[in-house]
Formats: sequence, structure tokens, C-alpha cells
Amino acid sequence: MTVAIVRFGGSNCDRDAALALEDLGVDAEIVWHEDGLPADVSGVVLPGGFSYGDYLRAGAMAARSPIMADVREAAADGVPVLGVCNGAQIGCESGLTEGAFTTNASARFQCEHVHLRVENADTPWTAEYDAGDVLSLPIAHGEGRYEVDDDRLTQLETSERVLFRYCDADGEPSVDANPNGSKHNVAGVLGERDTTAVLMPHPERAALADVGGTDGRPILRGFARAVGE
Amino acid sequence: MTAYTATVTVRLKHGVLDPEAETTQQALERLGFELEDLRAADRFEVDLDADSAETARERAGDMAERLLANPTIHDYEVAVAEREG
Repeated sequence: MTVAIVRFGGSNCDRDAALALEDLGVDAEIVWHEDGLPADVSGVVLPGGFSYGDYLRAGAMAARSPIMADVREAAADGVPVLGVCNGAQIGCESGLTEGAFTTNASARFQCEHVHLRVENADTPWTAEYDAGDVLSLPIAHGEGRYEVDDDRLTQLETSERVLFRYCDADGEPSVDANPNGSKHNVAGVLGERDTTAVLMPHPERAALADVGGTDGRPILRGFARAVGE
Repeated sequence: MTAYTATVTVRLKHGVLDPEAETTQQALERLGFELEDLRAADRFEVDLDADSAETARERAGDMAERLLANPTIHDYEVAVAEREG
């Protein structure tokens, strides 16, 4: 059983994800999108990057790659799927998750560490946390502003689909702590099943003590448990 | 079959923030122009052959639904005109 890290033309966090997962003892391999998912796939990572140069909209082209039909099918079967940054944009563009990640309110590329508040701790990704816990992860994106219409956002919130919100160091989801203008500070959401998650911040860039800290490690450990390793 | 050009205009839904348009407006104002507001849109001109203008419109509409627009944030409209060889 293998975790497939799907590489598109322009993916650039695929090797970070592989390194982080390998360090956790997860059998993971980078899969070129044209080759499709391996038959024994146990989990899927949609990594960060700039697939297709962000042409049209970030994630729009990759979301229409045939492999994404396989990913949607796997997600519907309960195979854990994690989309990070560009992978989150691809996840929303492909309908794995609700909403859209679009141009930052600042109109700038935001590359910094942010605080996140755990909104739903009853998921594979956040099982090591309690709701309200605060972690710190890096972001690096120009199109990370979460947009969805108000009714859908209310539905997402009441059905506990919001996984993380941007917050200050005390866990307050303030306007100042929102790096990109996301609605209600949403930084990551769940798909139809709890086993599908997308987020703009990068847990895989905060998974090794020597490189970027380890605040992302619990999320990836959750992934490892969910794929049975 | 008739040759058509379908023009698909994709714009953000009313109320969705457009930082690029805001930045463009600020740059125009810096150049001394006076304006109340500015909206940006993407325009795709799709050349296609179809049995009728209606068929061409439908096909271009499908393109918008499936790729050119993101229904979460965009509205779109399609205009069809015969294309001269």
C-alpha cells in the first residue's frame, strides 16, 4: 500500500511531502499525473507548487487532469486525500472540497509563518489536538483567499467542515491575523468525508526539526495513521 | 456547418473582492485619472464550427461551466457571432 504524491507540471512541494512522510515511516511515492494512481493506493497527497503556471486560475488545469477523477473516486471510497497550497486550490477546483482559493486581498504573494486554530479536532488530521489549539505553519501563496457564498459557508461551519482558521498567537481569529483575506479566516476545509482535507499552509514544510519546525508533524502523523502505517 | 466565434466573458460575482482590479484602479488614480470604480473580466474568443448559433452557444456555455469559469466565484455570459473565413 502506497501513498501517492501526485506530481503535475509545476508541482514543487512533492519532494518535501515525500521526505516528511518517509521520516514518519510512511511508504510514499511521487506519481506523475499522467501515469494515474497506483492500484494499491492507500492515500493521496496533492502537493504545493504552481501547476501549469497557475494559468487561468491556480489549480484549474491540474484539476481537469484525468488523474483527478481517480482521486475523487478514491476520496469517495474513504482513501485519505490531503491537498496543500496548490493542492488545496486543485482540490477546490476539482470539487473535492467546497469553495475556492483566489487572489489574496493584499494582491501580494504572502510568504510567512502564520498561526492556525484547530476548529475540528475530531478528524484524522487533527486527532492529536483539541479544538482551539494553536499551531504555527508557513504559508507561501498568492491565491489563498478562501471564497464561498455566505450560505455555503454557514453550512460548512455548522457541519464542522472548517478544519483550521488563521488566528493570532492567542487563538483569536482576528482580521489582523488573516494573511490573505479569507472569509471567516478559513485556512483549511474538509471534503464530504473527514478523510479529505485541503489547507493553504504547509504542514510538510514544518515536519522536520532541522528544517522549519515540527508543528506540521501531528497533521502528517494523522495522515500516517489514516493510511494504516 | 457554420463557422462561429463564441465570446465567453467571465467576471467575478457581485460582491467578490477583486484585489487586482483595486490595484489597477489605484494605479490609474496615481496617474491622475478620476474614476468611481473599475471591474475586470476575462474574455475568451472561441472559434468553432456548429450546425447553428444555438449549438455553438451551448458548447461555449459548457466550456465555461467546466473550465473557463469557476461557478463558486464567477458569472459568465456567452455571445455568438458568425465568423468570416
